[in-house]
Amino acid sequence: MSNKKNWPLWEIFVRSKNGLEHRHFGSLHAADADMALENARDVYTRRNEGVSIWVVESKHITASNPENNGELFEPAQDKVYRHPTFYDLPDEVKHM
Amino acid sequence: MSEEQIKNLEKQFEERIARDEKIEPKDWMPEKYRKTHIRQMSQHAHSEIVGMLPEGNWITRAPSLRRKVALLAKVQDEAGHGLYLYSATETLGVSRDELYEQLHSGKAKYSSIFNYPTITWADMGAIGWLVDGAAIINQVPLCNTSYGPYARAMIRVCKEESFHQRQGYEIMMKLAKGTPEQKEMAQDALNRWWWPSLMMLGPTDDVSVHTEQSMKWKLKRKSNDDLRQQFIDQTVPQADLIGLTIPDPDLKWNEERQSYDFGEIDWDEFWQVVKGHGPCNKERMKARVGAWERGEWVRDAAMAHAEKKQKRQEKQAV
Repeated sequence: MSNKKNWPLWEIFVRSKNGLEHRHFGSLHAADADMALENARDVYTRRNEGVSIWVVESKHITASNPENNGELFEPAQDKVYRHPTFYDLPDEVKHM
Repeated sequence: MSEEQIKNLEKQFEERIARDEKIEPKDWMPEKYRKTHIRQMSQHAHSEIVGMLPEGNWITRAPSLRRKVALLAKVQDEAGHGLYLYSATETLGVSRDELYEQLHSGKAKYSSIFNYPTITWADMGAIGWLVDGAAIINQVPLCNTSYGPYARAMIRVCKEESFHQRQGYEIMMKLAKGTPEQKEMAQDALNRWWWPSLMMLGPTDDVSVHTEQSMKWKLKRKSNDDLRQQFIDQTVPQADLIGLTIPDPDLKWNEERQSYDFGEIDWDEFWQVVKGHGPCNKERMKARVGAWERGEWVRDAAMAHAEKKQKRQEKQAV
């Protein structure tokens, strides 16, 4: 293996139809963003899976560490008052 | 980390899998889990890539435009499947370059079925029908495997794979209904691909080394012998339907088991091909490595162009 530069990795997000959000589909290697878009078209949308593609170079994504899931996500667990079922209403109130 | 802490983490990890939780790339995982997955997923990716070669051989000689577009699309799908699987493997911390290097140096294996030659058009039918048929049986349970990126890649692969098998069976059906020469060609392809397809489902359970651990990690949900039986039971009636004969004199319906009994598989042949002595091992690697090397200047030029374009943009921005 040489020390020359290889094509970087890109993360591919596809909107499957208007009205839906872009969803992560996978990743691929490409020399630049334009090529990443073209390759994503061929790799991830050969059967009309999308109407819009986003590509982001993988190195630009910052991900949370699952080891810190406790301090990140646990504070939400004991806040039941954020849910409608926490509140008592008389049975007569049908819709609220 | 102390040995005890690792033991503890491993225990929690196995419990998560037993509860059907998925493992994602940044989660802690035992080193053996990582290594086993890199090996199996990359072998799978390599098989898709090398699998393009025997069929690529016939694209320019397909008998009609209809057959040609279908075969071209199938081979393109295989490239896509290889790419899904390579990028899923990379989430385990191995680079694409390392994976290619392992394939090209012969360190990594790929499915030995692709080391058989494709000498007639009917081979395109037999491969789609039998080889893709066996692959589907192998792959469907993997849609539920424990490693998230692998499971997601497999769902996509399986969705696309069923057209592959249908196009193969249609080719066989047409030939079987054609002239006596065409029918003979179809039968000959079945004769040559039947046994290698059975071998493709892996060594028998008593000699298969990875099964127990793989079952736990859901890399495998049924044993090789069970998958093979499933393949045979499903394929024999399909052969009957188009008037072709499975090349196994010992094949017989077993009323009691509600399954077919079948003859002895030549495992010596299987191991010979795995060890590199199949009819086309050298040819396949030569074609693959050659394509990679001949493409080097294109990859380099694209990278140089991208860098130049970026520099120009940065200059303009100042």
